[in-house]
Amino acid sequence: MDLKKIPHIEEIGNRGVCSGKVTKTSATFDERTKGENKIVKDLKTAILASGLKDGMTVSFHHHFRNGDHVLNFVMDTLAEMGFKNLTVAASSLAGVHAPLIQHIKNGVVTHIETSGLRGELAEEISRGLMEFPIVFRSHGGRAAAIESGLLHIDVAFLGAPSCDPYGNANGYSREDDDGIACGSLGYARTDAKYADHVIVLTNHIVPYPNAPFAIPESSVDYVVEVEDIGDPAGIMSGATRYTKNPKELKIAETAANVVEAAGYLYNGFTMQMGSGGASLAVARFLRQKMIDQGIHARFALGGITSQICAMHEEGLIDKILDVQSFDLDAALSLKKNHLHQQIDAVYYASYLHNSAVNKLDFVILSALEIDTDFNVNVLTGSDGVIRGAIGGHPDTAEGASLSVIVAPLCRGRIPCVVDHVQTVITPGAAVDVLVTDQGVAVNPNRPEIAEKLKAAGIRVTTIEKLRDRAYAEVGMPDPIHYTDKIVGVAMYRDNTVIDVIRQIEE
Amino acid sequence: MKRYTKDRLRRSMMFVPGNNPGMIRDVHIYPADSIMFDLEDSVAYTEKDTARLLVYNALKTLNFGNKEIVVRINDLSSGLGVMDLEAIVPAGVHVVRLPKTDSAQDVIDCEKEIARIERKHGIEVGSTGMMAAIESANGVLNAREIAHASDRLIGIALGAEDYVTDLKTTRADGIELLFARSMILNAARSAGIAALDTVYSDVNNEEGFIAEATLIKKLGFDGKSVINPRQIAPLHKVFMPSEKDLNKAYAIMEAIEDAKKRGSGVASLKGKMIDKPVVLRAQRLIALHEAGLRMDDGED
Repeated sequence: MDLKKIPHIEEIGNRGVCSGKVTKTSATFDERTKGENKIVKDLKTAILASGLKDGMTVSFHHHFRNGDHVLNFVMDTLAEMGFKNLTVAASSLAGVHAPLIQHIKNGVVTHIETSGLRGELAEEISRGLMEFPIVFRSHGGRAAAIESGLLHIDVAFLGAPSCDPYGNANGYSREDDDGIACGSLGYARTDAKYADHVIVLTNHIVPYPNAPFAIPESSVDYVVEVEDIGDPAGIMSGATRYTKNPKELKIAETAANVVEAAGYLYNGFTMQMGSGGASLAVARFLRQKMIDQGIHARFALGGITSQICAMHEEGLIDKILDVQSFDLDAALSLKKNHLHQQIDAVYYASYLHNSAVNKLDFVILSALEIDTDFNVNVLTGSDGVIRGAIGGHPDTAEGASLSVIVAPLCRGRIPCVVDHVQTVITPGAAVDVLVTDQGVAVNPNRPEIAEKLKAAGIRVTTIEKLRDRAYAEVGMPDPIHYTDKIVGVAMYRDNTVIDVIRQIEE
Repeated sequence: MKRYTKDRLRRSMMFVPGNNPGMIRDVHIYPADSIMFDLEDSVAYTEKDTARLLVYNALKTLNFGNKEIVVRINDLSSGLGVMDLEAIVPAGVHVVRLPKTDSAQDVIDCEKEIARIERKHGIEVGSTGMMAAIESANGVLNAREIAHASDRLIGIALGAEDYVTDLKTTRADGIELLFARSMILNAARSAGIAALDTVYSDVNNEEGFIAEATLIKKLGFDGKSVINPRQIAPLHKVFMPSEKDLNKAYAIMEAIEDAKKRGSGVASLKGKMIDKPVVLRAQRLIALHEAGLRMDDGED
């Protein structure tokens, strides 16, 4: 064949004339794939093969929450192998990760990126454990940083409740179930897609193909079978319990009334509930309104709970977009309900795209503190110590048409509505309404919402009055003393620096 | 000036143990008509001083809006009752709830102590209201005398737990309380004061609670004690007049207005003369409805 005779051949992408030779095999699938898989004998082998070097970045997901055994196992192995100066880029860290303290002291880990921090590690870091400040990013901010190269992952270590020999990994198993299921692997999927090397750690190798899968084999380099990826009890309880706390229920009921009065409860609306008793309880009051009015939601987004899945199964929520399954019932719903869709962190909340958060009518979010400019802190406690996580807070607050913060006016003797929050995580401009047990305040940026709430008979006060009442009830706390040392940098969802966290002075 | 009003809405009286600071601080956010801080049975003996001190300071410092503030004291014979009164009367309690009232003399004795304390603190004698809880067979049989024992009494209440023990029975479907309820109700009405029903302690049984609330409303009670904020909304709902009754009440009031305009002393509706009790009932119904409509989430 003479290619030159084909008009415009130089404009057609081609690699010359077909030779007619093909590579053909008569062996069965079983015979030909024997030994041709990505399973390596142990973690060390996978690490050596990945080419990890000192000073590189390793990543982890937090779908196993406080039951995670993967991060500690990997970091212990890396320490044993003599690695130094590593960056740990986890989608979040929990109390279970306290052993990182030793790795930081020994110089194995010098940098940390995360959404949140709790427990002993958080205490130590707030007291100045690390030279280099911790970088806190929201779930959307982290996804954007990864896809844009701002955060480059050299090797991702991703725990998976099931994986086949080729690396198709999932957050539950369709084979005989071994009791560990985390549901969505949304955050891990972003790491898998963009990391230079991906090592899946699983306690459950299943036959190929592990379909449907969260992470495709094309993203995975090595599969390591381990005894233990986590403690099912710590990974998730059966179902997120409905709160019976009357104060939380009052806040939740008011928040549901606010959503309705503001005009965002219509047939085909879209929603997200953040974590926290009051926030999750809003679903219960919305459910009744939906039944009474005969309407249903187009989708529910985000961290998904048993309540959301039950409403989906009742036909009240058409579809679920699940970046993280909060409880076992949610994980099992992902397995059995085909309109319960697993999504990755970029799809969920990256500001670089018209991501799912931008399609939210409303989001209900918690807060540790909120100030009179409506700035919200979800990261540092009243003692200045890091004790929380950014999560998707700023992503959803900005993305949703209506962001409602639910918080008690005071927690014990701590006022939650204050003059200035310790750390600004979500700027006031992204926050529309505050619902407390003692009144509702609307951001002056949204006068039309205040009017609608008043028209519906909801008493609206000012955030300054709520602050005054909080201070009148429990007093104004003494200021927290910090040193000049910056121990943490908080990023907004577009990866601009929004605040810093300083070392507490004792 | 009197700290209490005899004639006010008392659908719900929320019990709060006097030694629980979190609940004391938060109770005003719920829409109960009255709040009752307890120094008596919900407080262990070793906690009595703590509770008294906490309630004293709560009355002095916290803002409970327009709610009626009641404190249940220990009975005077325990020796604690007078100490309780010494703390709460100067602190500004609206109504003192006397427990285990067996006779008119119990009320008179308590009133004497209150008057003495009022005088001592330069408070106008008679400012503090009282209510008496009847919790024994003796008390039930003396209900009429108890209800008439003091001008300060805003109402009498049934305390069922002690009462059924005294009767040698237990709480069941309500039949065991029918006599006591009827006695207390009639005694209260004879004295022109409120009749208040006992607690329903199974907070998770909303159905049972509503059934009991419906029963006592039918009997004629003004309201009921509640032990959990979750009981308030269903209780108020029971006391919410039906649309049919409400429309009738408005029609009656309109007819009265019409008669007035015409200068006539006699009003009639659908050919029936409207007499005084009918008007009274219509007015009460409308007041109840308006109270039920208020989104009672505190003052601004």
